[in-house]
Amino acid sequence: MLNCQAATRLVSEGRERPLTLKERGLLRMHLLICKACGNFEKQVDVIGLAAKRYAKRKD
Amino acid sequence: MRLPGTDNSEAVNSEATLADPVFLGELRSQMLKFATLQMGDAHAAEDAVQEALIGALKNANSFGGRAALKTWVFAILKNKIADALRQKQRLVNASTLLGPEDEDEILPTLFDRVGHWNPEEAPTGWGNPEAAFREGQFWVVFEACLSGLPAQQGRVFMMREFVELDTGEICATVGISVSNLHVLLHRARLRLRDCLETNWYGKGAR
Repeated sequence: MLNCQAATRLVSEGRERPLTLKERGLLRMHLLICKACGNFEKQVDVIGLAAKRYAKRKD
Repeated sequence: MRLPGTDNSEAVNSEATLADPVFLGELRSQMLKFATLQMGDAHAAEDAVQEALIGALKNANSFGGRAALKTWVFAILKNKIADALRQKQRLVNASTLLGPEDEDEILPTLFDRVGHWNPEEAPTGWGNPEAAFREGQFWVVFEACLSGLPAQQGRVFMMREFVELDTGEICATVGISVSNLHVLLHRARLRLRDCLETNWYGKGAR
């Protein structure tokens, strides 16, 4: 079973490379029981979106 | 030779790409944000971006498409930034940057000894991101959080998330391994979300 540190690492790496089947399974199992890591997963998407908006903003 | 801003619907080579005012405007804006955050000096950043763009214009015809051009322009910009920082003696050697960051203390503050979130650090729900994006103050906080990242983490995070370079390109440009890159990006994201939650979404905000 993954701990939260390992789960957040996989969430992060998932933005750079496709996770393996095993990694995806372990991560999904962890996210089923861990709301905080589920929030982390959403926040990482928000940060990526914000970075793109920020870069293209004219100020 | 067409003038910039004239019809470039057939823009397939990078010479035409550099004559597209929308693409060029966005590229310049991305470069300027990147350079300003890296150098902490708006005027020096402006100079570095200008030099990199001039370099790109000189060699424009040797590049095939927008993606290749962008990768290449940012590689030039990164070198200009490194040169400028070296002149100011703020950067001794790019390879020494990894040392201190290996001892980055973020992980032990966030997770307990078995790797679970410390209760006060556990991520909470942020709600609809668009609501935050509409507020000018959000971008001030976001910029402050980005600027607060350790230098190497900030550099690779920006290359990945707002220049949108892929893993191989970043590793080759910065001179680090793939696993190093994953470590740096993981820490950068942990720090950024922590900073945003504390200063925008959380109890300490507003």
